[in-house]
Amino acid sequence: MTAKLIESTPQPFKRIDIDPITLDIIENALRNARYEMDAVLFRTAMSPGIREQHDEFPMIANVDGKMVVGQFGSFIYGFLEGFDGTVEEGDIFLTTDPYSCNGAVSHANDWLVLLPIFKNGRLLAWSAMFGHMTDVGGKVPGSLPTDATNIFEEGIIVPPIKIYKKGELQEDILNLILHNCRLPHWNLSDFNAIVAACRTAEKRCIEIADRFGDDVFYSAMDELLARNRRAMRQLIMNTVPEEKQYFEDYVCDDGVGMGPYKIACTMWREGEKVHFDFTGTDPQSIGSINFLLNEEMFKMFCGVYMIMVFDPQIMFNDGFYDLMEVHIPDGTLLKPRKPAALSCRTHALGRIFDVLGGLLGQGNPDFLCAAGFSDSPHFMYSGYDKNGEWYQLYQIGFGGIPGKPFGDGPDGHSLWPSFTNVPNEFLEAYFPLRIEIYETVADSGGAGTHRGGNAIRVGYRFLEPGQISIHDDRWLTYPWGVNGGLPGKRSRKILQRKDGTEEILPSKCDRIKVEVDDLLLYETWGGGGWGDPFKRAVEKVEFDVRAGLVSVAGAKRYGVVISDRYEVDQKATTVLRKKMTADRGDTKLFDRGGTIEELKERCLAETGLQPPKKPEFQKWVTIGQR
Amino acid sequence: MSFRLGVDVGGTFTDLLLVNEQSGEFFTAKVPSTPEDSSIGVLTGIKKVTDSAKIDASMISHVMHGTTVATNTVLTMTGAIVGLVTTRGYRQVLQIARSFVPGGLGGWVIYNKSNPLAPLALTVEAQERISSKGEIIQDLDVDAMRKTLAGIKDQGIEALTVSLINAFANDVHEKQIREIANEVMPGIPVSLSSEVVPEMQEYERTITTVANSYVRPRVASYIRNLHGELQKTMDDLQLHVLRSDGGLASAAAAENLPVNLLMSGPAGGVSGAVWIARQAGFDNLLTFDMGGTSTDVALVQNGVAQLRRETTVGDITVRASSIDVRSVGAGGGSIAHVPELTKALRVGPQSAGADPGPACYGQGGDEPTVTDANITLGYLPAAARLGGEMNLDRKLAEKSVQKIADALGLPLKKAASGIVDIVNENMVGALRLVSVEQGHDPRDFALIAFGGAGPLHANALGCLMNSWPVIVPPGPGVLCAYGDATTRIRDEASRTFIRRFPDTSSEELVTILEQLAENAAQSFDEENVPREERTSSYQVDVRYHGQGLSLTIEVDLDELRSKGLDVIADEYDHRHEQLFTFALDADKEVVNVRAVVQGEATVVKAPLIEAGDKDASAAIMSTETIFVDGCDQEAHIYDRSRIKAGNRIAGPAIVVEMDATTLILPGHTGEVDKLGNILIRPDEK
Repeated sequence: MTAKLIESTPQPFKRIDIDPITLDIIENALRNARYEMDAVLFRTAMSPGIREQHDEFPMIANVDGKMVVGQFGSFIYGFLEGFDGTVEEGDIFLTTDPYSCNGAVSHANDWLVLLPIFKNGRLLAWSAMFGHMTDVGGKVPGSLPTDATNIFEEGIIVPPIKIYKKGELQEDILNLILHNCRLPHWNLSDFNAIVAACRTAEKRCIEIADRFGDDVFYSAMDELLARNRRAMRQLIMNTVPEEKQYFEDYVCDDGVGMGPYKIACTMWREGEKVHFDFTGTDPQSIGSINFLLNEEMFKMFCGVYMIMVFDPQIMFNDGFYDLMEVHIPDGTLLKPRKPAALSCRTHALGRIFDVLGGLLGQGNPDFLCAAGFSDSPHFMYSGYDKNGEWYQLYQIGFGGIPGKPFGDGPDGHSLWPSFTNVPNEFLEAYFPLRIEIYETVADSGGAGTHRGGNAIRVGYRFLEPGQISIHDDRWLTYPWGVNGGLPGKRSRKILQRKDGTEEILPSKCDRIKVEVDDLLLYETWGGGGWGDPFKRAVEKVEFDVRAGLVSVAGAKRYGVVISDRYEVDQKATTVLRKKMTADRGDTKLFDRGGTIEELKERCLAETGLQPPKKPEFQKWVTIGQR
Repeated sequence: MSFRLGVDVGGTFTDLLLVNEQSGEFFTAKVPSTPEDSSIGVLTGIKKVTDSAKIDASMISHVMHGTTVATNTVLTMTGAIVGLVTTRGYRQVLQIARSFVPGGLGGWVIYNKSNPLAPLALTVEAQERISSKGEIIQDLDVDAMRKTLAGIKDQGIEALTVSLINAFANDVHEKQIREIANEVMPGIPVSLSSEVVPEMQEYERTITTVANSYVRPRVASYIRNLHGELQKTMDDLQLHVLRSDGGLASAAAAENLPVNLLMSGPAGGVSGAVWIARQAGFDNLLTFDMGGTSTDVALVQNGVAQLRRETTVGDITVRASSIDVRSVGAGGGSIAHVPELTKALRVGPQSAGADPGPACYGQGGDEPTVTDANITLGYLPAAARLGGEMNLDRKLAEKSVQKIADALGLPLKKAASGIVDIVNENMVGALRLVSVEQGHDPRDFALIAFGGAGPLHANALGCLMNSWPVIVPPGPGVLCAYGDATTRIRDEASRTFIRRFPDTSSEELVTILEQLAENAAQSFDEENVPREERTSSYQVDVRYHGQGLSLTIEVDLDELRSKGLDVIADEYDHRHEQLFTFALDADKEVVNVRAVVQGEATVVKAPLIEAGDKDASAAIMSTETIFVDGCDQEAHIYDRSRIKAGNRIAGPAIVVEMDATTLILPGHTGEVDKLGNILIRPDEK
C-alpha cells in the first residue's frame, strides 16, 4: 500500500542555489505562516482544550513530508506509506487513529488534518494540524477512560480518509463521525477551525512561491532542513558524550491499581549520530496509560530540548532526523500493540521530558534541569443541569515548573507550549460550579538554589449533581531535584462531602459521583529544586516567605530562620545552614525522595492511599519480538 | 481670537503646533525634550511658539497633549507600590496569571518570570463572594476587611487596587471596600476593577486595574503639575490628554484612568498621519513609524484607525482600547548578527539604542546596525544629519558591516543590503499582522511613513506589500503634534453582558447601550460640552456560543431597533467568514457591550507649499553613488526644503531634510503634492 500522487503537471522542481538572505526571508515567512495557523485556530475553535489551553500542533512540511516549521515531527512519509489511495488537488485528509499514523497523534481525541498544497498542478508542500477535541464518544464523557483496556472503548476512531475529495466535503462521513460525539457542534467547529488554519498555510505557501518562484521555494525548504542539520550536528558533537548514559523514571500507576511503570532509556553517541535505546522499559499496560511514541516525534522532543538548553538561536525543523537513531522495543509501554488502550497516555508523554532532561543533563550538570511538571492532568465534570441541559467540562491542570540552571521555576505554570488556563469567571458563567480556591501550594516547589515552582490548588464547589473524572500522576514518585536541590511535593485530590466527611481520591479515577455543595480540592505537584538550597540567597527566601509562596517552616529547608513576623534571624541562619550542610554531606546529582520500594512502604502513611500492586503484564507480550 | 495647542513629547524632541481656531492659521515649534521633567520642555516650547505667533499665551483655550509618561512608568518599572485586594482564594491571581510560558516546546527552560506588578506581600483577601450572575453568595466581612487593610497600610502602599471575583456583575463589595480604604488609608488612590474594566476574566481585569494603580500617582502628579503651570499663563484653559485609542481625555479622566494612556504616544503619530493623508486624498492607510529601536504599524480604514481591546507595554498586556498598533523590535539601531551554529543572518531584536548607538555614531559602538548598513549603501549621504546635529562616520559603519560580510562570505555591500532586506522583512511581518491577518488586502491601502527611519525604508516596504502610493509627509516629527491638535474628545463605557441571542432582545440591548452612552458622557457633562457636539457609537462583542474570543461589531441603534438582532448576527457571520473562511450555523452570543462618545473634530488645514513644475532639478544638492538593486548607481540628492508642489523625482534618488531621509528606488517616481507630501509610485512599464 502506497499513496499515489496525482499531479496534472508532474514536472519535478529544480534544485537551485539560494543566497542566505533569501533563505532567511523565506524562513521568516514560513514561521509567520505557522503562527498565523495558531491564531486562526484559537480564535474560532470551541473546545476549551484548543481554545484556551492551546492543545494543538501545526506544521508546514516540504514535498517529501519533512517538517520545515512547526511543532510535531513529520509523520507524513509514514502516513503515505500506509495510505492506499490517491493524493489529488483539493483533497484534505483526516485521521484520529494513532495506530494508522504510527503515533503522530497519540489518542483518539486528537484529530489530525493533512492538506497537500498544490500549485499549478504540482505538489508544492504540506500543511497539517491536530487538536484535542473535548469529546469523541466512547464509554465516558471526555473519551479518556482511565479503566479502558482497549482503544475501542475510547470513542470513534477515524482511519486515514479523505474528508474533502477534490475540494468537496464528504458530508456523509463527517456526519457519521459527529454523530458519535457527545458535543457534535464543538467537534464541527473545531474541525472547521483546523481546516481553516491549514488553508491559511496553503495560501501563504503559494504566496511565497509566487514571490520567489516555485523552484526557489522548493529549494529553500530543502536548504532550511540542511541548515538545521548542520547546526544540530555541531550541537550533538558538543554535548552528547560517547559513553552510555542511562536514566529511568516512572508513571506512578495505571488507573487499575498497578504500578509504577518504568520508562528506561540509554543514550550514547557514535560519530555524529546519537542513539536512544528504550530497552528496559516496562511492557505495555493492560490499562490505558500506554503511549504510542512516534520515533520522529521523540527526535523532535529531543532536538527542541537540546536547542532550548544549549542554544535557543537555532531554528528548529526535521532536518537533523537522520542524526538520531531511536529504538523503542515493540510491546512496551511506549510501543503498545493495537488495540491497547491509549487514552491516559498524557502521563508517559510528559514523563518522556523528565527522562530526556535526566539523560542529556547528567553529562552536563550545569545544564541539568530538575523534574518538572511533566504532565497535563485532566479534570472532567459532567451531567444534566436543572433544565435538563447536558454540561461537560474538560480542563487541564497546571503545576510547578522545575528549578533550572537559568533560574526559579514559575509557580502554577505549564510545561507545554502556549497552554493557558481557563479564566475561573468563564467557568463559573458556563458550568454549574464555583471555584472557591485558586492558589499555589506553599512549599510544594522543591527547595534549591533555584526553587522549583509551586503546585496549584483548585477548590471546585459543585452546584449540580454530576460525575467527575481525574487523571493525574506523581502521587507516589517525586518530581526529583538535581545538583543538591530537593524534590517537589507530590499531587493529591481530596473530596470534601457536604456532610463534612472527607475522602482521598486516587490520582486516576472515573465516574465519581458528586452532589450539590461537595468540594473537590485538586492539588497538582511542584517542580524539583535545582542546586544546593543552602546557597539560595537569604533575601530570596525571605521574599518568598513574605509572598506566602514558602512558609516560615518551609524556609527551614533552606536553612533560613524566619520569625512569624517575617524577620530573618541572620545569626541563627548561618548556624543552621552550617549544621545542615555538614549533616547532609555531599549533594546528590538526583534526589528522588527514596527508592520505589521505600516510597511504596511509606505510601499509605504519607498519601492515605494503598500502594499500587506490582504490574502484571499480558502473557503474550514478548518484548522486541512480534 | 482663541487658539488651541497640540503638544507632543517625543524621546528627543517636543513638537508644538499652535492653531488659530477662527482662521485656521498655525505655527509650529520644535524644542529638545526634557526627560527628567517633560513639562519643562513643554513650557519652553510654548514660549517659543507663542513668540513666533506673536500672541500671548492667555489666548490659548485648549491644550491637547500626547504623553509617554504612563508608558515610560511601566517600561522603566518606576510606578507606585500597589496594594491589591482579591476575593478569598484568589490572592495569587497575578502570580499564576494565565499559566502561560512563552516560547515553543521547552520554552520553560529559559523562561524567568518577573514578579507581579502588585507584590504578593501586599496582596490581601476579602471575605466575600459574588456569583457570576451577580448574586451575593457571602456578604463582605467589613470588620475583617478593616483589620486587614490596617495591617498593610504601613508597608509603603502608594495606591490600592480592588479586584474581586465576578465584580463585573456586581460592584457592591468593591465599593464597600473603597469606603473602608478611604477611612483606613486616607489619601491613597483606590482603583476598582468594576470601574476600570467591568468585563469578565479575573486575571485580565485585575492586571488592568493594578496597572492603572501602578501608573496613577506619577501620571496624576505630572498632569496636575503641567495643568497648574499652564494655568499660570492661560485663563479658562482646558487640558486634554491623548488616549491610546486616539481620542482625547479630559485632564480629570486621564488622572483617574491613566491605563487608557499607555499608547498615547503612538496614537498621536497615527492620528497625525490620518489627518494629513486625508487632506492628500487618502483614507485607507497602512501607517509605518520606524524609529531607533522599534517600528510601529497600524491600519486605517475609511479614515478610522483600527482599534483593539488590548494594550501591551513591555511585559504587560492590559484590557484597554488602543489603536491596533503592532510593534516589532526593528529600527535603525537594530543589531545584525550571524549565529555561529546556523550561519543565518539575524537582525534585532537587540538594539544599540542611543548609547553607544550605531557604529557610525562614533560613540564606541562597534556592532553593525541597520543605520550602519544604510550608510554603507550610501543611503544616508553626508548632507543628511541625524536630528540635524550628528555626524555619521561612514568608515566606522563599513568596518562594522564587514563583520557580517565575513561571516556570510559576501561582498560588503551585498551584506549591507542583506541587513536592510531582513529588517524590511521583519517590518513586513508586523504590517501583515494588521492587514492580511485581519482580512484586509494591502493592495487597497496606501503606506504612510514617518519616524526618523521610516522614509528610508518605505519605498521597499511599498514593493513588498504592494501598497501604493508610499506617502512621505513633510516634517515627520511634527506629525504627532498635528495628531494631538486635530483629534476629538472621546470616552467610552463598557460592561460584560453574556446572553445567547435567543435569551435577549434588541430592546434590551438598546436600553443597555443607551445607559452606557450616558455613563460615557459623564466627562463631557463635567466639561460642559454641548449635547449637539457629541456623537455616540455603539459596539457589541459577539461570538458563537462556545467560542472563547469574540469579534467587535459596530451597531447602529436605529437599525437595531427596526431590524432586530439579525443586523448583528448577519454582520458577525460575514466578518467571521471574511477572517476565518467559514461561518457556523450555531447560536450567537453577546459578550461585552460598549458605547463610545466623541466630541466634534477640529478643522485644521495643512499648509500648502509653493507650486512648481515637474522639474525638480533646482532642489538637487549633489549626485552620489549608492548601492541599490544589486549594483552601484548614480543618484541625485535633493534638499526637501527646496522641492515644490508638482515636482517629480525619479529614482534612484534621496531626499534629505532635518529629521528624516527619503529613499526613492530605481523604477519609482516620487511626486510632490500641494501639501509637500512625496507620493512614491512604481513607474509604468
